[in-house]
Amino acid sequence: MMANDNGRRAENVIDVEHLSIAYETRKGDVEAVRDVTFTVREGETVGLVGESGCGKSTIAYGIVNHLGANGKITGGHIRFQGSELVGKSSAALKKLRGDRIAMVFQDPMQALNPSVRLGEQLAEVLTCHRDMPQQEAWQRSIEMLKRVNMPDPEDIMRRYTHQISGGQQQRVVIAMAMLNNPALLIMDEPTTALDVTVEAAVLDLIEELKSDFNAANIFITHNLGVVARVSDHLCVMYAGQLVEKGPVVNIFKHPGHPYTRGLMAAVPKLGESKLDSMLYPIRGRVPAPADRPRTACIFAPRCDYATDQCREKRPEMVVLSPEHSARCFYAEEIDRRPRTTRKRVQAVQAATEAATGKSDDTLLAFDHLKLYYTQESDSVVSLFGLGEKKYVKAVDDVSLRLAKGRTLGVVGESGCGKSSLVKGLIGLEPLTGGELNFLDIDVNEEVTQRSANLIKEMQMVFQNPDSTLNPSYTVGKQIARPIQHFGTVPKNQVKQEVIRLLKAVRLGPTYYDRLPRQLSGGEKQRVGIARALASRPDLIICDEPVSALDVSVQAAVINLLLEIQHTFGASMIFIAHDLSVVRYFSDDIAVMYLGKVVEIGPAERIYEPPYHPYTEALLAAVPIADPEAEQKEIRLSGNVPSALNPPRGCRFHTRCPRRDLLPDGGQICETDDPPWQQSAAGHRILCHIPLAALEKIAPVVHTAA
Amino acid sequence: MSNSDHVMSGSDSEIVDTPDAIPSRRSAWRRMKDGLAVLLASKTATAGLTLVLFWVLVAIFAPFLTPYTPLEQDWKNPNIGPSAEHPLGTDELGRDLWSRLIYGARVVLVILPISEHFWIPGGTAIWGVIVALVVGITLGLVSGYYGGWIDEVTMRLLDAMMAVPIILLYLIIMAALGASAINVVLAMTIVGTPGIARLVRSLTLDIRTREYIRAAETRGESPWYIMFIEILPNARGPIIVDAMLRVGYAIFAMGTLGFLGLGIPPPSPDWGSMVAKGREFILAGSPYAAMWPSIAIASLVVGLNLLADGLREESMRYQ
Repeated sequence: MMANDNGRRAENVIDVEHLSIAYETRKGDVEAVRDVTFTVREGETVGLVGESGCGKSTIAYGIVNHLGANGKITGGHIRFQGSELVGKSSAALKKLRGDRIAMVFQDPMQALNPSVRLGEQLAEVLTCHRDMPQQEAWQRSIEMLKRVNMPDPEDIMRRYTHQISGGQQQRVVIAMAMLNNPALLIMDEPTTALDVTVEAAVLDLIEELKSDFNAANIFITHNLGVVARVSDHLCVMYAGQLVEKGPVVNIFKHPGHPYTRGLMAAVPKLGESKLDSMLYPIRGRVPAPADRPRTACIFAPRCDYATDQCREKRPEMVVLSPEHSARCFYAEEIDRRPRTTRKRVQAVQAATEAATGKSDDTLLAFDHLKLYYTQESDSVVSLFGLGEKKYVKAVDDVSLRLAKGRTLGVVGESGCGKSSLVKGLIGLEPLTGGELNFLDIDVNEEVTQRSANLIKEMQMVFQNPDSTLNPSYTVGKQIARPIQHFGTVPKNQVKQEVIRLLKAVRLGPTYYDRLPRQLSGGEKQRVGIARALASRPDLIICDEPVSALDVSVQAAVINLLLEIQHTFGASMIFIAHDLSVVRYFSDDIAVMYLGKVVEIGPAERIYEPPYHPYTEALLAAVPIADPEAEQKEIRLSGNVPSALNPPRGCRFHTRCPRRDLLPDGGQICETDDPPWQQSAAGHRILCHIPLAALEKIAPVVHTAA
Repeated sequence: MSNSDHVMSGSDSEIVDTPDAIPSRRSAWRRMKDGLAVLLASKTATAGLTLVLFWVLVAIFAPFLTPYTPLEQDWKNPNIGPSAEHPLGTDELGRDLWSRLIYGARVVLVILPISEHFWIPGGTAIWGVIVALVVGITLGLVSGYYGGWIDEVTMRLLDAMMAVPIILLYLIIMAALGASAINVVLAMTIVGTPGIARLVRSLTLDIRTREYIRAAETRGESPWYIMFIEILPNARGPIIVDAMLRVGYAIFAMGTLGFLGLGIPPPSPDWGSMVAKGREFILAGSPYAAMWPSIAIASLVVGLNLLADGLREESMRYQ
């Protein structure tokens, strides 16, 4: 450890040079990280981006020597403030960890000990590493909690992990990491598990702390939007190698590596729609560590521009500008090359154009739909069913219409009731009230009471690729089951039908006999889509179908869903928390808050003023994959109120940043239910603020281009 | 620690995740061989397997391994130690201990005597566990999947059963039903069911939250289909390990019942009753009649436990 922290001798806090890390397995050593070089300076944030399995986290664990029993550094150097870390005794490294180097992990729930009060956990950092007296440590912890904008820190100190929200938990973790004033802070996907509005606030905090503490930051994420917001420099990782590094603006403006370019083309920018743009997935998948060639460009098999040279020789880093370099033979010209996947683009575009704006026949309609969960109170009488019953109003008085062949997007933070709404529609939860019409038939009963003909017209695609398929059965059997169950085709043609469906989701017949564990996340999700298609439904409900996937795969699945919608003519309800994806995919969008729809309308209208104040805040929070885009800074204060006891009047009034637009500061919001205001054809906003005032608000995002 | 685990598993999955290298369908024989390879990778499991296999083989081939029947009496040589004629010695009636021991293993592991002349394959201990598994799995699935008052009622009843000390429960059941192999199976079922039901219920509670269960529900599958086809196969790992341990307990229970005179009725060779009878002659200078069956019970139970432990270890490693 360096003695002089204030001497400013070492500007480079950490130097990683030609670092290679391998894991020992039964089949021999497997190289997870190969020849990675980068530096992080004081007060600078370096973003490590790449898909899962690219070795981002391994580098972080390598730096803190937390590789586990079978991991080892096989080559290279890590210099921390000038002193070599590789080969240091684990006792010495342990001293460094948590003292000079701190880490923040993805899931704050798991980073905090649920059985110890937060205050004790915070103070322990100081008493352990600094031998500080308990009293002083406690005071310092409170100050640090104040520093991370935690309301009422004294109270938080006495609470347990489960008593604060996810965003607050992550703040506590960050506070804990900053307590020792570390020289290096490593953040491994710190906002991935959080809602957009919370994420935005945490990212703001990270930015703020960076300037205050002057620590060097390594920020690991797969989200280009997040990285564009917080990073100064970017390191793009692919299959264990560094393929491009440089200042964030340079990379976003002139990517020098086809992989970087591919990543950026794979995510929809906020405001883009399926009608005017196209997502370009990167074909194939990240190769397994054993299949990574040493003598060729590692990206060549997935690269559209690969030549023989790429397959024969490993490219060196090509310097594009003093700080910007990329590992590609064609780094200087790649940015100007045209895309090569035009053909499919046009096919899909034609498809979507045909699919949209046609029939006005209503497929699904529901009025005043209510879905309450009963919550027994804790008293003794309620044991006998006599106590007062409370209701969690998960969905409260929601009315929507879905025309044939169109896509309805539903957005909102977690806990807004979008999943409950879907469960109610599909019949997994009993409806408390309201009218539900599907194909002009009243369907208010649960799925067990519905007729098979009705059930098969409404199918669902699920979120988590790892649990969407039953691990015990082959892909073929799982797709065949709904076909047999609904008798879609005669018995002897089931196998052909399964293979037809597999082809429809772009998987070959060889997948018929595979087990789910042999598939990648994207492939599993395709099988899940094929299974939903098996009964040839009229309505497909997609519950966050791409949120658990890598960006390149995400693009492929979105394109697939669009194609399928065209070929099968199905309507879709698309639930997601990613506003760019929803905008891209949907024709109409409903924004939900605390069980109510607050704004609904055609997709393009939602993303332009007039906004509902909540929609505006959501849009302001979306991380945009463009470091030069200007975005209004609107942050919601406080937490989402409990659905058990929602606020009176307008449900959003406790957090609304726009109440000052009303004459008396919005007294009416607290007492009266807001009215629906019609702005344009089909666009409605549930708000007290007059439309004229909402229309004057400037758009949230300005893109430079 | 959890973080390093994460890294390990992450890298592991990368390695396994090469579907093109995996043949699309493995034959049953290949899969069995792979399974065996997993088992042999653990020393614990190998040791357990050796012990268990020894007893199974000896039980199956019992008639070829001894010239005596278990009931044949050598009047001239009662209570002697190991000798050339009787490798393990004889009991107080001059019956060959080796022969009684291996025929005793038959009753435990290979045959279930229904009446004097009729038996069905599968030992008494095995049948006891199988029947308990069937009942326990059904109850566990039903209460775990349905939840609500069905769950409450079932589980409270099973709790009540678990509240009675096991040995007492055995005594009550056997005293009420009378001593026979079938009744031993019945007793083992009643005693074993609550534990299995609890295990299966907890597994069901976890598995039923998975999305493939929701997918099955949204296509209107019957609850029985969901329970037995969708849930049960995914719970098999822990159930198999538990069943392995339970066979051990069952053998122990058989020994206990036999010792107390409530097991398989004499004169058929039963390890428990052999110990009970032989016990009287330990101080008279011939400990063999009590010693051998005690060792037999101990080695078989330990073997099964080692096997189950090793299996659990190995299957955990692959998760």
